[in-house]
Amino acid sequence: MLIYAVRRLGSAIPTLLIIVTIAFFMMRLAPGGPFDREKQLSPEIEANILKAYNLDKPLYRQYLDYLGNIVHGDFGPSYKYLDFTVTDLIVAGFPVSLRLGLSAILLAVILGVTAGTIAALKQNTTFDYLIMGLAMTGIAIPNFVMAPMLALIFGVYLSLLPVAGWGGGALRYQILPVVTLALPQIAYIARMTRGSMVETMHSNFIRTARAKGLAEHVVVLRHALKGGLLPVVSYLGPATAAVITGSVVIESIFDVPGIGRYFVTGALNRDYPVVMGVVIFYAVLIIALNLMVDLVYGFLDPRVKVE
Amino acid sequence: MKGKLWRSGWRTIIFIACVLALFIVGTAVAGGTLRIACMGEPASLDPHKVTSQWENDVIGDMFVGLTTEDPKTNAVPGVAESWTVSQDGKTYTFKLRKSTWSDGTPLTAHDFVYSLQRILKPETAAEYASLLYAIEGAEAVNTGKAAEDALAVKAIDNYTLEIKLTGPAPYFIQLLTHYTAYPVPRHIIEKFGKDWTKPEHIAVNGPFKLVVWLPNTHIKMTRNDKYYDAASVNLDNLVFYTQEDRAAVQKRFRAGEIDVARDFSSDQIDWLRTNLPKETHIAPFVGAYYYPINCSITPFSDVRVRKALSMSINREAIVDKVLKTGELAAYSLVPPGVSHYEHPAEVTWKDVPYAARIKQARALLAEAGFTADKPLLLTLKYNTSENHKRIAVAVASMWKQIGVKTELYNAEAKVHYADLKQADFQVARAGWVADYNDAQNFLYLLETRTGPLNYSRYSNPAYDELMLKAEVTFDLDRRGELMHQAEALAMVDQPLIPIYHYVSKNLVAQNVVGFADNSKDIHRWRYVTLK
Repeated sequence: MLIYAVRRLGSAIPTLLIIVTIAFFMMRLAPGGPFDREKQLSPEIEANILKAYNLDKPLYRQYLDYLGNIVHGDFGPSYKYLDFTVTDLIVAGFPVSLRLGLSAILLAVILGVTAGTIAALKQNTTFDYLIMGLAMTGIAIPNFVMAPMLALIFGVYLSLLPVAGWGGGALRYQILPVVTLALPQIAYIARMTRGSMVETMHSNFIRTARAKGLAEHVVVLRHALKGGLLPVVSYLGPATAAVITGSVVIESIFDVPGIGRYFVTGALNRDYPVVMGVVIFYAVLIIALNLMVDLVYGFLDPRVKVE
Repeated sequence: MKGKLWRSGWRTIIFIACVLALFIVGTAVAGGTLRIACMGEPASLDPHKVTSQWENDVIGDMFVGLTTEDPKTNAVPGVAESWTVSQDGKTYTFKLRKSTWSDGTPLTAHDFVYSLQRILKPETAAEYASLLYAIEGAEAVNTGKAAEDALAVKAIDNYTLEIKLTGPAPYFIQLLTHYTAYPVPRHIIEKFGKDWTKPEHIAVNGPFKLVVWLPNTHIKMTRNDKYYDAASVNLDNLVFYTQEDRAAVQKRFRAGEIDVARDFSSDQIDWLRTNLPKETHIAPFVGAYYYPINCSITPFSDVRVRKALSMSINREAIVDKVLKTGELAAYSLVPPGVSHYEHPAEVTWKDVPYAARIKQARALLAEAGFTADKPLLLTLKYNTSENHKRIAVAVASMWKQIGVKTELYNAEAKVHYADLKQADFQVARAGWVADYNDAQNFLYLLETRTGPLNYSRYSNPAYDELMLKAEVTFDLDRRGELMHQAEALAMVDQPLIPIYHYVSKNLVAQNVVGFADNSKDIHRWRYVTLK
């Protein structure tokens, strides 16, 4: 398994290189530069600024310089947040996104798997339909509707929770963003779990387990769940990456200082180093999480041999 | 038995719920801390690197220049206690008060020489340096044609500063309140370079000092007891929240988490007027919203086409039905109430009833060669925003009445401004907010020598000549008259279509005292008290 992991990590490097290259050139293709504003700059001042940021060099030169820098861990300055480097921004934002994302996924897994399993066990009863109905609503209502609604109810009308802000990570500031982030995931995971558990519960090895006289809860928890969770595990890899790198909407509505917003604001501001920084970061995260998922898969399903 | 258990169970539940609720609700704000939503993350806290309104909110109480604003934003003595002006209006001599930076280092005239040289040096790449071009040598230094000591700013002694201008600039004392003219601490910058603005290094000369800056979270400042007028400052701390989502900020304001919100969404105006009338502040603002027309291409080089397009717009409908936040319909470029320019030059057809204007517009287009079979086709460009879209849609339907077929095209801000800069448009949306309270700051947009900022590429020698004459006229009223004549010419030619003049929108909690509405929408927190 170790060799497999090392091999996977090794093949990640050319993947990253391709991603960096495509992102770099695509960013430059977009019209408009980082310093175009309503109040126009005189040509001399603009020339000064471009020179200060090495934007006057030919494109291939900028690309090679950039590659050289990132190998040394220097992701460059931000063109918009002039007092900070890209590393400063990511280091400040990532722990927040991580905390938020992991809490959301954890909540989603616990609630989603429980709800899905119970629905599968009570298949085609009212409870099942209720759960699946709620799940559908959770998927259908977009988070930019859910978030302001929850903020209004709990923050403004009931004054139970703060409307927005991060408060240094205090619990009460986390509740609304985590719940809003988790809701669609709970829904997906519940539906997925239900579907896969229904299938698993009808398989032969479960019949054998029952025939052996095992108690029902042992059959479900020790035997069926492992197999039933396989699709959920595959889903969790990219889902965790997506949730951790943050939802721009959640961050903007709840004023959470994560790194999700840098994807969008970086692109809109043509803040090239920030965009490149978060793209690379996201790519590394997805690669790592996918690897983890594959390893967990091997652990869960004895039929899969990780070679 | 069951009943009794149940009751005690309920009591426990209620008790726990109350404790939890108290825990969650949290503490109210401590007296002396003002929480402000400044509607944007500052690009930097270095006065030489910033360009926008929201940065002004933050740094404007960290640093004080030679002159500073009073609550109504009139220029009053700042670090300079007094000043004299030479007969020809070109030499200003400032007497500075004895004051220090927040770390105790004395603040002298040499600091101002250093700061003005620094912002104009090409290496600083300051985007707003051109604001100081009124100072002799400034443009040469900034464009790399001269060394920084060519700048006509000299320290006669530690507390006397002399500045020479290229010509009499009546707005100069006003101009010095702007952040481009703030002093910056040389001893800190030389030691820490780019990191000088970090809380552990920074030194300020203003009423508040930076304590914490977490990007995209908040900025915290605390009072600076070494500020020369610290005794008059009431607040202890300032906290700035940089969230940009106006709907969320409004909710936070309602929940009491924010004391001042520096903008709100226009579509909320009816709700706010009904539910928070005392907190909703709307005031005229020195800004203009207009549609430049590209005069360098046909058929827009034809003044009849431009006049027809302008006449057929019902500005009152836009202001009253689309915007509804008290904006003023504009028939001139310069907003009313600008210093020494009370009444701008408006279009001659302002009082013609709308129906008659439509008829005249149709006639003009026909004269210019456009008929029902050969209608005028144009593309109207604007930068993506809900309000710009609504106005563009309204204008397109007004133009339809005179037989013009409009295509709407929106792009994000960077792309839009790049297009304007390159004259890659037919008719587009633009806005302009004054840097200082003077008509010249608007009218120079139509001078030929202005270059890319003159989006319409309007070039009228008579206009240019009047503006040049005004530049060297010391008598402020006479100068105003000359500029008025120039604006009148432009209003006949309509190289741009004025649409409306801005208003400032703020939400201010009722216990905030000292927040004075003004036409520059500048608010210095040193004058604010929390009741």
